Amino acid sequence: MSVQSNVKNYFNLQTFFLVSLRLLLGWYFLYEGLVKIANPDWSAFGYLMDSQGPLAGFFHSLAGNANTMATIDFLNKWGLALIGLGLILGLFTGMALIFGMMLLILYYCSHPPLASISYIMPQEGSYLWVNKTLIEIFAMAVLLVFPTSQIFGMDRLISKWFKN
Amino acid sequence: MTKKNSSKVTTSNTQTQKIARRDLIKGLAAVPVLGAFSYAWLRKNNIDETFRKQMREVVNLTSQPVELAPAVKDGKPIRLGIIGFGIRGKQLLRAAGFPEPEWIDEQKKAHTENRQNTNYQNYMEQEQLNIEVNGVCDIFSVYSRAAVVAGSNQYREGTKGKMGKEPKQYKTYLELLDAPDIDAVIIATPDHWHAPMAIEAAKRGKHVYCEKPVSWTVPETYELVKVVKEKGVVFQLGHQGRQTESYTKAREAIEKNVLGKVNLIEVCTNRNDPNGAWVYDIHPEANAATIDWSQFIGQAPFHEFSLERFFRWRCWWDYSTGLNGDLLTHEYDALNQIMNLGIPGSVASSGGIYFFKDGRTVPDVLQVVMEFPKHDLSFLYSATLASGRSRGKVIMGHDASMEISDRLVIHAEPESTQYRKKIEEGLIDTNTPLYAFTPGKKGADGFATATEQYFASRGLLYTYRNGKRVDTTHLHIKEWLNCIRAGIQPSCNIDQAFEEGISAHMSTKAFLENRRVFWDAEKQVIV
Repeated sequence: MSVQSNVKNYFNLQTFFLVSLRLLLGWYFLYEGLVKIANPDWSAFGYLMDSQGPLAGFFHSLAGNANTMATIDFLNKWGLALIGLGLILGLFTGMALIFGMMLLILYYCSHPPLASISYIMPQEGSYLWVNKTLIEIFAMAVLLVFPTSQIFGMDRLISKWFKN
Repeated sequence: MTKKNSSKVTTSNTQTQKIARRDLIKGLAAVPVLGAFSYAWLRKNNIDETFRKQMREVVNLTSQPVELAPAVKDGKPIRLGIIGFGIRGKQLLRAAGFPEPEWIDEQKKAHTENRQNTNYQNYMEQEQLNIEVNGVCDIFSVYSRAAVVAGSNQYREGTKGKMGKEPKQYKTYLELLDAPDIDAVIIATPDHWHAPMAIEAAKRGKHVYCEKPVSWTVPETYELVKVVKEKGVVFQLGHQGRQTESYTKAREAIEKNVLGKVNLIEVCTNRNDPNGAWVYDIHPEANAATIDWSQFIGQAPFHEFSLERFFRWRCWWDYSTGLNGDLLTHEYDALNQIMNLGIPGSVASSGGIYFFKDGRTVPDVLQVVMEFPKHDLSFLYSATLASGRSRGKVIMGHDASMEISDRLVIHAEPESTQYRKKIEEGLIDTNTPLYAFTPGKKGADGFATATEQYFASRGLLYTYRNGKRVDTTHLHIKEWLNCIRAGIQPSCNIDQAFEEGISAHMSTKAFLENRRVFWDAEKQVIV
């Protein structure tokens, strides 16, 4: 049994904020994806090369290979957009959340906000260990254990369909 | 019973329908969010596009670098000779497609140790130029032998690889130039040998790729121009910067008057290590027996055998043209390419030996100020070999300034006349680039996002894009070879070379004579 199938009985306000959080995350992912799809010059190359910390070597090696780079660029663009779409529509939400978290974990590992590190990539805040990415990961985890797509979302229709 | 049953069924059906309707509403509740998203997306794109359109009206640089025709594959190969196989000679032959096997080994090893290092892959993807190396000449026997091996490495193999036919080793450059199986030569010797060798080559109808600077003395500069023109050989001076993509854009920006009236150009050299200051390693096998010292001296004043002078010849006026010939010329030639500067009206210079007090005679800190009255502008060259603080190549105009490297960034001037209205309307922000060009960018226009610019300025963008980085020296040699095949003159031809040579000589003269020297354009002489 997946966590998603257990529809919880939330208070209205709980449902409202959980669904809102899902929509906000979805909007954010979808826009990040579409912006990259729309820009023919976008590549994760610079971001990967900017990687630091214990796993930097791995991320640098990804950037060093033109073929892996093309795959990474493709997966990033469409991955972000589809995850965003899934979260907004509440469609395959569990999967979208899991893939989203996996992406975010990779981002976090490539740019860990450690005390000794500074990045070329401009940052919009000051971070120490905890950054925006980490908070997003946990926000998505919250959505995973407090699912809402069976209440508001296309997953509700899908499960009804299968029940009937 | 029946009635009861049927009533039950009806109720259940209604319930199912009711649930389905509610499900549908709840299931699709978030769809309006997508509508809002689409509205926001379209609106943003609209704003962006309007901005781009308006900016394109301000700056629209459309030029593309001249696409060099591929080397003729089936045609007859051009038969090459190389004179001088020191640091630069090795690089040139490699760029022409004949690497030293040891270099291949090193690059392969570098890739195994660090997979990011794709030098080897990039090199192997470099186009084959349909040439063969038939003769080599270097007066240091170790280098001469190395040139033979590299010249036979047509398959671009490592030390254990298969080699092709070995080129002939010549003791003197004249013997090499006399060889009937050589069509063209690459000259990569010390400065004091450039013109004499190029002259003799041209006299024999051989095409010449000559390292910069074009000459060591003023008189030989005139003679070389005369011979090259008389004989109609294809001459290319070794300023590979001619192939830099951003310079093409910079030239277009000047032609389209994006900068307004240009009045000051600032260029510089900043190096901070012994290698950059020409203190090169002395080869362990070098000695009076392995080096033909009298050939090295040539037209230079006699000096007894000296390994330092042989390997570090750039440090002495006796063989070198100092910063002027070695590095100022790159900057000057770039600007001559971009702005057709021509020969300066006057040159003043000062500097000294302030850091490398190792017996050298050429300065390690140098300032050269060229005045171009016909363009109403000053050209300032400032160099140090003992500080790496990077300073850009900047062209300053009344309406905008342009900084050139691999990239090109134009900033509007707050007090600009041309852009005043657009600045007031808020369309142009003088703190952000008016135009930015990054090589390799696919987009037609040059407006990069802040992040892209940030990455590009740190070399993190496009460098490895598609795993390719093209060597400008390779392109410069290729252009020369293409021109030989087509019977035309290349971009850094003898006229450009003359302007480069005279400008460098004026700078040296101004420094050594500690006075301002002038160019008499009518008589074509330095006074």
